Parts: sequence; C-alpha cells; structure tokens
Amino acid sequence: MAKISFHGVGIKAISACVPKDVVYNRDLGYLIPQEEIDKVIDNIGIEERRIAPNDVTASDLCFKAAQKLMDDNDIAPESIDVLLFMSQTSDYRIPATSCIMQHRLGLPKTTLCFDISLGCSGYLFALSTAFAYASMDGINRVLLLDGETFSKIVNRRDKVDWPLYGDAGTATLVEKGDFDDATFILNTDGSGEDALKIHAGMRNPITPESCVEREQEDGNIRNDLEVFMDGMDVFNFAISKVPRCVKELLSVTGKTVDDVDYLVFHQANRFMMDFFVKKLKMDRTKVPYCISKYGNTSSTSVPLTVASELCGKLGGENTVVMSGFGAGLSWGAALIPMKNCNVSPVIEY
Amino acid sequence: MNLEQFIENFADLFDETDTDTINATTQFKDIEEWSSLLALSVIAMIDEEYDVEFKGDDIRGSNTVEDLYNIVKSRVE
Repeated sequence: MAKISFHGVGIKAISACVPKDVVYNRDLGYLIPQEEIDKVIDNIGIEERRIAPNDVTASDLCFKAAQKLMDDNDIAPESIDVLLFMSQTSDYRIPATSCIMQHRLGLPKTTLCFDISLGCSGYLFALSTAFAYASMDGINRVLLLDGETFSKIVNRRDKVDWPLYGDAGTATLVEKGDFDDATFILNTDGSGEDALKIHAGMRNPITPESCVEREQEDGNIRNDLEVFMDGMDVFNFAISKVPRCVKELLSVTGKTVDDVDYLVFHQANRFMMDFFVKKLKMDRTKVPYCISKYGNTSSTSVPLTVASELCGKLGGENTVVMSGFGAGLSWGAALIPMKNCNVSPVIEY
Repeated sequence: MNLEQFIENFADLFDETDTDTINATTQFKDIEEWSSLLALSVIAMIDEEYDVEFKGDDIRGSNTVEDLYNIVKSRVE
C-alpha cells in the first residue's frame, strides 16, 4: 500500500472548461428502447453531457481552463516550475502533450513537463505527483492539467459506455504554503486489466482491421480502438474497494466522516456514488455530484466536480476528501486540507 | 444463510415484477424487467447482505436464482 503524506504543500486554485455542445441522454432512442430510457437516466443519474467537436481536444479544454486559472489568480507564466498533463486522450502519441502546452501557455523553457496516463483514478495519482514535486527544493509551483475527451474513443452504438461519458478539461495549481498535511492512499490491481480496456496498441498492433466496427457482447458495436468496459466487474471492483479505501484514509489520518467537509468522488454514475454514500454513512449534502450535467468525464471528474459544485465554498479552511477509481485496476483516496482555495466557475469552450 | 431469504432479497430489487412469481428455479434473465442495471443491483445486494464479492462472470454463468444463491453460499462459508 502506498500511503503518502505531504507537508507544507496544497491546492491554491482549480478551474474547469467544458465543450459548448450538449448531448441529451433522453435522445438515445436509437440505442435504448424508449420506455427504458427514463429508468436508465434515473439509475446512472446522467441527463446530459458535453461533447467536444472533432477539432477540439482534451488539451484545448485544459488550455482554456489554465488560462482562466492564471487570469483569475494573477499567475505569471514564469512562476510555474512544473507542468503535468494527465490524460488518456492526448493530442499525439509523440510528443507528450505537456510539452506542447508549455509553449502554448507561454511557460519558460526551464519548465519540467511530462504526461501521466491513467484511467478514472488518474487525478489522484497525478495530484500526488504534483504534491511530490511541489515538496521538493527548487520547485514552488506545479500546474496540473487533467482533461479527457472520451467521446472520441467510445462508440456511439455502445450502450454500456456511450450514455456515460462526457468531455472536460481542468487545471489545478499546487504550490508550497502554510498548508496542513495532505495524505494519499494509492492502490493498484493489474489482475483486473481486462475490465476496462482499449484492445489496440503495441500488444495488438493497429491494422486496417482494428478500425472495423463489429458487433460485440450484447449487441454493442465497437472497433478495437474504442473503449470496452465490463460494467459488472468494474462495479464489483468499485463497491468492494472504494468505501474501504476512504475508511482507511480516515483511519490513518485520525478523522471520521464528520470531520470531512466535502467528499468528492470520481463521478462514475449516480447509482454507484449513492451506494458509497450509504456504505460510508456519509451526509449526502457533503458529497457533491455534477454527474447529471456532465456525465462521467473519467479522471477529470474530480476537479470538474470541485469547479462545478464547490465554487465559492472553499474560502477559509476545509477538509476535502477525494476518491478516484478505474481502469488498471487502480484506485486511491486523498485527504486534502484546503486553505483559501480559489475555485473558478466552470467555463465553456 | 438460507435460500428463502436470498430469494426475498433478490425479488426486492424488482419494481415492476410480481415478486410472488420469483422462486428458486426462476430463469432470472428471462424476467422482462431484467437489465444490466438490475445486475448491478444484484451485485450491490450481495455485497451488502452477504459481504461477498460477485463478478460479472458469476452473473453470466448463472441461470436460476438458486444458481446465484449457491455461488454466494460457497463464498460465505
């Protein structure tokens, strides 16, 4: 178990940007029998999602979010020492998108940049990396960009995945300061690699065949470059690991659920989050959901939920717990003591 | 654990199906209300009531309510 604590490092600001185009799940009649649609929406809790146009990538959404964050907080580009880009829908296979973003955001050539690739748990892992760098001598500020455009890797005729996913980009500024200790618990179980997967890659090289759409399990259509998810296995994984991980985090930090001001889950689907809330006996009013508006935006969902639901609520001191889980399998939780965190309202691209 | 209670817990997950029609030999995937979301409710119920991890293949490999019960029972003991 990786259990990590950081001293004197915290989140200074968070911002988010979503595409303008809205897709409504009530219009999924071509995919799901009309009489079942209401029930599906009620269960997954997703009314609508934002979908990026073909020419807009996760890094474009992050770029806007980063500009907003830097404007709202008077952050000079030259004051940023590290830029991290967390995504599984990066611009190119080579080079790393973080390098492109360094130039685009006008950051100095002395900036340390690299990409991080992980599924829906990614924000927690990337945030721990940002905290680690910000803890080091010589580093003061880390800009973490987390953006995903799963609409580009999910087939529109896949009834398991398509109703769930939305696109968004976020920026998080981590820096040294007078912050209380932050604690992360991060876990991995690679035996579950098949639960959530895109088949094509280096293991299964891309050929013209990979691009052919085929009917898969239960009539779902996809090609080998698109996401497959075994919903039941992922659900079983999440309900058995996530509440336990949050409890463990509270236990090692000597806190109880009552000490937590906000518990921000990865917005997988409402049914799952309701289950966690019940299992943890958490006060539902302390658990923000933005899933009905934006769907599941993979790793981006944690900072997007903060921007969407906690804007104007993190002035002063707040104890925030974040929890992420997903492909890998990979899961983690973090207790982040917030101090005057400046959350910008969600903007549209 | 006993089968009667398991059937009752299972039947409670359905909203539109007459629970009296569900018994040990019911082929649950043939119930009109059965769906992938109901499968998640079954996994959640088994976690909550029996503290047993239930996988997608357990559901896919089962036909009757009793099949589900037997898997849960084998893991409780």
